[in-house]
Amino acid sequence: MQIVAGIEIHIQLTTKTKAFSSSPIGFGGLPNERASEIDMGMPGTLPVVNKEMLKQAIMLGSYLNADVSQLISFARKHYFYPDLPKGYQITQDDNPILKGGYLTYEVNGEIKKCYIHHAHLEEDAGKSVHGYKANTSGVDLNRAGQPLLEIVTEPCLHSIEDIIAFLKRLHSIVTYLEICDGNMQEGSFRCDVNVSLRENESAPLGTRVELKNMNSFKFIQKALEFEIDRQHDCIESGTPIIQETRQYNEATNKTESMRGKETSEDYRYFKDPDLPSIWINESFIEKAKSGLPEHPETRLAHYLSLGLSKIDSNNIAYNKHMGNYFSVLTKNKIPAKTASNWLLGPISELANKHGLIFSNLPISAEQVAELLQALQDGIVSSKMAKEVLGYMWSENKSAATIIEDRGLKQLSSEEDIMPILLNIIQNNPKQTEEYRNGKDKLFGFFVGQAMKETKGQANPEVLNTLLKKALND
Amino acid sequence: MNKPLHEQSLKELSDALQSKQISSTELTESYLNRIESYNDALNAYTHINKEITLAQAKAADKTIANGNGHILTGIPLGHKDIFCTTNMPTTCSSKMLENFHATYNATVIERTQGIGMPTLGKLNMDEFAMGSANENSAWGRVANPWNQNHCPGGSSGGSAAAVAARIAPAATGTDTGGSIRQPAAFTGITGIKPTYGRISRYGMIAFASSLDQAGPMTQSAYDAAMLLNTMCGQDPNDSTSSNIAVPDFTAGINDSIEGVKIGLPEEYFLKGLDPECDLKIQDAIKLLQKKGAKIIPIHLENLKYAIPTYYLLAPIECASNLARFDGVHYGYREENISNITDMYELSRENSFGDEVKRRILIGTFASSGSYSAEYYQKALQAKSVIRNDYRKAFSEVDVILTPTTTSTAFETANKALTPQEMYLSDIYTVTVNLAGLPAISIPVGFAKNGLPVGAQLISNRFCEDIILRIAHCFQSETGWHTQYSDDFK
Repeated sequence: MQIVAGIEIHIQLTTKTKAFSSSPIGFGGLPNERASEIDMGMPGTLPVVNKEMLKQAIMLGSYLNADVSQLISFARKHYFYPDLPKGYQITQDDNPILKGGYLTYEVNGEIKKCYIHHAHLEEDAGKSVHGYKANTSGVDLNRAGQPLLEIVTEPCLHSIEDIIAFLKRLHSIVTYLEICDGNMQEGSFRCDVNVSLRENESAPLGTRVELKNMNSFKFIQKALEFEIDRQHDCIESGTPIIQETRQYNEATNKTESMRGKETSEDYRYFKDPDLPSIWINESFIEKAKSGLPEHPETRLAHYLSLGLSKIDSNNIAYNKHMGNYFSVLTKNKIPAKTASNWLLGPISELANKHGLIFSNLPISAEQVAELLQALQDGIVSSKMAKEVLGYMWSENKSAATIIEDRGLKQLSSEEDIMPILLNIIQNNPKQTEEYRNGKDKLFGFFVGQAMKETKGQANPEVLNTLLKKALND
Repeated sequence: MNKPLHEQSLKELSDALQSKQISSTELTESYLNRIESYNDALNAYTHINKEITLAQAKAADKTIANGNGHILTGIPLGHKDIFCTTNMPTTCSSKMLENFHATYNATVIERTQGIGMPTLGKLNMDEFAMGSANENSAWGRVANPWNQNHCPGGSSGGSAAAVAARIAPAATGTDTGGSIRQPAAFTGITGIKPTYGRISRYGMIAFASSLDQAGPMTQSAYDAAMLLNTMCGQDPNDSTSSNIAVPDFTAGINDSIEGVKIGLPEEYFLKGLDPECDLKIQDAIKLLQKKGAKIIPIHLENLKYAIPTYYLLAPIECASNLARFDGVHYGYREENISNITDMYELSRENSFGDEVKRRILIGTFASSGSYSAEYYQKALQAKSVIRNDYRKAFSEVDVILTPTTTSTAFETANKALTPQEMYLSDIYTVTVNLAGLPAISIPVGFAKNGLPVGAQLISNRFCEDIILRIAHCFQSETGWHTQYSDDFK
């Protein structure tokens, strides 16, 4: 049996304002606090296209190798639903912003392509709120009018692994471009998977089922596993598969029928007379593309050439802001390996602990570079550097200031350390005698004493050398 | 000046206000008094709030006193109840919006109130601007000031009746298929529908978005030009508003019409036209010819497609635009319901009038499934054929002169026209909207029944200036536009 799957991905764009009004974009807050008269579909109000939304779609188009349509238009899709205030959704029908294209992804070391049919812009609906008061439902239009880009793939995915790998790659691309925050829990990245089975590659397509309501990669995986098994069983037992929409239930780990997809569903699409078609000229496209960051694949190749592991390279390359930190660090002569270890290690740990991402860390890349330079120069030890990092994070001071204020400076010079060592030798004549007579393991005793005296700030290498010298004199 | 205030033109009122011979408060009060005396007979205004209006007049007086007045500051206006206003309810003459108070002003309201033109009140209309007799109003029919058994036309019937009875110095209207020009013709006033895109549609409740256009309804073409200067201009809130520069429409209005080429489309003067109306229009043509205009016979042969095309496109957009009135977010909601479908159905069933329902049904049908190709796509093709007719005509002539209506105002007090009769009466006005052109209707005389007759002048896109010039030239030679019914003197 061959799996045939095509996916529709709704990504919520990160424009500052809504698709057709100047209301701010956000999540949470009081119901309807971000709903203006336009978002509420009040009589006489009119939509105005948010150009930033076009720009973001064009940026993604560039990474998807898609054609940007020269002429785009918006259409009305009609249906009645309480969270749809105008009785129609503004979407794109005949002239979507992106056409064609593909995205490469990797499965078990093999590079594959997923072909894109098109991507169109549309406005999100609001939310119905049930049960906050007896026998009453409410409507919250904060989300209404937020811009969505719906990416529709060709039915060219043939395994669960492929589907997950493609979606993860797309997810990392849209978050890398910062046109979507990628939050699947909050619905910023929503996937509907259309899946069917057929006897073999040349057999006619089977009846497809649309899967919805999967808000994590794990659930997509589980939903697909269940659904493919279910379709398998249907085919084997001769039970017909109904073309329908099914939703995944996390509690039962099953897919359940939501509603039959009526083939006669009629949205009465027609061009929105409130929005003239838009010619997207070359200079607009160029301007949108000028905002594109360095391509993650370019970065990946560069990191590999610096000798970083494939996993580390991937992790840094597809996290744009971490990659930016990496660039600053290496530009400041921090060795690639050190930079990579610190970014993926202590800094990521702190970020996770505080629920932050690299675009909003309290310390800048330059500040990290200063700290790692101090480590390179032996001013602080690796252990001390982590301590300094912690203070930098909470106190918003430079590494130098913290090292100075807290006396965290590593003692590395002979004139600082030697007098301390000579003093220890003088105060411990018995141990000195025994060591000099061949009891080598007493060396550790002297190191311990020295570290105690210097409160752990002595540079271990320098200390070792000087101690040997002092004891042997 | 000896003329009573309500007989004065906007220019005369403006001069009197600017020279402080009168105050806006005096002027506004005199109009409010006339409304009190005469509105019951007409049912033109559906909402009045003297306190608010007089406060605006007082503010206008202060503006003038401070030397910050605009030429129209202090002159009150009546507004069709299709324009959203924050200080008065906006109902579109529908039970659906009976208690609707907008939180925003239409751009037309912002622009006129912004220069200190007080709002006299909200004017009656056909429900959601659908109708040609102003009998489809949830607040009752409007009477024609010339004969109260007859209708004032529609859908801007309240605006037309108010200006015709001189209970408003001027009013705003909207025109989707003739809703400014036809009532202007039926009541003996001047009404202009400018080029599509000239005036912002923001805050003007949509009927058919690609055809709707606001415009002034006035005693004269000169008054219309003055109001257009304020109402027109691009609006960032309306993507269909045009960025083409707005000229001063009064600037060249006194220029001669010598050599202007006026086309007479043969198709508009055939047997459907009332012979008495025809006679009055022929007189007007002769006068214009005397003033130097060249009269040229032309053809607009696709007039036959006008009504079916319009009555597909307008209802299709109407069905879409009126989908938002679902009882969920605002407007009328049927309370005695047990599920959401009932709520939708009963809220709409019990608050929309018959004509609105009829057009929603036609529009929904004609845009559904395979009917969309059969009706909607065909109507779009017919629209471009009609546009081509005009394009060809304007390569030969500067303006086109036609009757505005097939007859004088219908009698509606005791009888109703069938929807088909009503639709067919729009034949001379709808193609102008389909082509997005500007057109003006001016009074050219009276029929034997004492009712006014109107003539329509159509020009190319963004050439309002030339039809205003011809209309003004005609009105400088005639007195039809200064007449009003004795019942209101």
